[in-house]
Amino acid sequence: MLLLIAKRLTFMLFTMFVVSVILFVLLNTEFAGDPATRVLGQFASDHQKELWREEHGYNDPLVVRYGRWLGGFVTGDLGTSIRFKAPVSEILWPRLWNTAILGFWAFAIIIPVSLLFGILSGMREGSKLDRSLSVVGILTTSVPEFASAVFFAAIFVFGLQWLPGTSSMSDGFDWTQLVLPVMVLVVYDFGYVARMTRASMAEVMTSQYIRTAVLKGLPYKKVILGHALRNALIAPFTVIMLQINWLLSGVIVVEFYFAYKGFGALLLEASLNNDIALLEACAMIAVAVAVTTQMLADIGYTFLNPRIRFTK
Amino acid sequence: MNAEPAAGNPPQPSRLAAAGQAVWRALASFGLLRESWVGMAGALIVLVWALVALFAPLLAPVDPNMPIAPFAKPGATVAIPVSADLSPLARYLAESQEYTHTFWLGADHLGRDILSRIIWGTRTVLFYAPLATLAAYTVGILMGVAAGYRGGLVDDVLSRIADIILSFPVLVLYIIIIAIIGASGVNIIIAITFASSPGIMRIVRGLVLDLRTRDYIFAAQTRGESHWYIMLVELLPNARGPLIVDACLRLGYVIITIGVLGFLGLGLPPPDPDWGGMVNETRQMALAFPHMTLFPCIAISSLILGFNLLADGLREISLRD
Repeated sequence: MLLLIAKRLTFMLFTMFVVSVILFVLLNTEFAGDPATRVLGQFASDHQKELWREEHGYNDPLVVRYGRWLGGFVTGDLGTSIRFKAPVSEILWPRLWNTAILGFWAFAIIIPVSLLFGILSGMREGSKLDRSLSVVGILTTSVPEFASAVFFAAIFVFGLQWLPGTSSMSDGFDWTQLVLPVMVLVVYDFGYVARMTRASMAEVMTSQYIRTAVLKGLPYKKVILGHALRNALIAPFTVIMLQINWLLSGVIVVEFYFAYKGFGALLLEASLNNDIALLEACAMIAVAVAVTTQMLADIGYTFLNPRIRFTK
Repeated sequence: MNAEPAAGNPPQPSRLAAAGQAVWRALASFGLLRESWVGMAGALIVLVWALVALFAPLLAPVDPNMPIAPFAKPGATVAIPVSADLSPLARYLAESQEYTHTFWLGADHLGRDILSRIIWGTRTVLFYAPLATLAAYTVGILMGVAAGYRGGLVDDVLSRIADIILSFPVLVLYIIIIAIIGASGVNIIIAITFASSPGIMRIVRGLVLDLRTRDYIFAAQTRGESHWYIMLVELLPNARGPLIVDACLRLGYVIITIGVLGFLGLGLPPPDPDWGGMVNETRQMALAFPHMTLFPCIAISSLILGFNLLADGLREISLRD
């Protein structure tokens, strides 16, 4: 187990290193444009730009600059954002917290709802509930997040006028502004998790030991709760953990549409403005979150599934 | 699945014929769709959109970039003098010098007809999405077959690269790539190829690992066929089943991706109509004029639904035998 964790952590650090180098090199090529022009504007004189570059160390060789960034990153100094003209850590953590709130509520709804529907329809394959779930599943995964955001906004903001159309939270925290973003995330993810749960449950229900349990006359409730669920919930656990990675993509769209001040919107803004320090920090967090959740999924899987626990 | 003719068969079929047969068999598996109504429904939706794309110049009433009546609501009518900007359909319907244009789906903030833009936008999405998927598959298949068949160092290096790329949240990857190399049609294809070929590679690699110990592969090796011949003519056609299903699903994802990129303002540069871009341009007015964003979203959702249903039907059929 420790070996697995160590292996995954090494992989994470390796990935972060490779990604940071590639990003750093690419963002400093001609493609990405001149940072001095971005900060000082198009009409700044060449002399001013030159001074700015000198002052901020853009004239040093690439390796030196990367070394400086890496040194800062390792010691917790994430550098300064050229877009917000403030230290990255000051901007990043509140944004990340906002996204965590969004993600928390999305998961708080996705997990119970999709597990419930998945289990119920997996219990009776081909039942009405099962068939309607598969229809709903295909429907919801076919609607991209921005489209469901548009649909919900049309219904609840324009039509019924129940909810606010933006979620910028400019006057402090307001839970009504959280409803639509969470709804969009839930709708997009729910179908997938539910279908995976259903598949897992349906497979368990056809297994020999469930047949035995039914035939020996156990009450149906006990068969499901005591025997089937324990095995059927292993696969959905992994799926849910991997959804965190997927959610990170989803929040970008949702935060952009609803003007929610979160991590996704920040990442988008950083990449649109070639804000190297900010983008590097965001990318590192994205990789760290992705690899950590994969690791937790693997570890949890070995705990839940005794069959693979002792096979390295 | 039929094994290739075993070694020792003197009249060897030409390689071209073998490749042709493989393509034919792949197409023939679509014929089985009749057995799944879900798949048929999906195929129908996709077909309708494909026809819309094909006949866009005939179907769209007006030029998609022509400003006519800003903020016109759905159902509003405007008289337009007959000119070259009108489609043959509109000119046929026109009475003498004037054509009474009905904005069935309204107009956007610049006064462009949304119906015409959606119809022309079909071309954009049905041109770039299959092209990007094809590019991703070409790269992914080559990587996957090479990794699975050669094994060893090739496998290690390719799998490691795939691990790194796949550990990134997809959309983050797209945004960063597009932000660096710029927004254009070609760059969207490059970004999609880069981000999705590792996933395809993994699938192909798994299939090849399973297939490469079959007798017909050993037969081909004994015949002294080249590695590439074995990989592409012997292995690949036998891995086609799961790949076709995956391709349909992936096509849906690619359409979502192109839509999302357009929506984030990273899609094709304006003014050419692109469904995601239409939503992006008008989303700030969506609360006052929901029709501007609503109809492009319905269009993209229905097309993706078509591909997903098609994939579902194909999977159902492939599981049956």
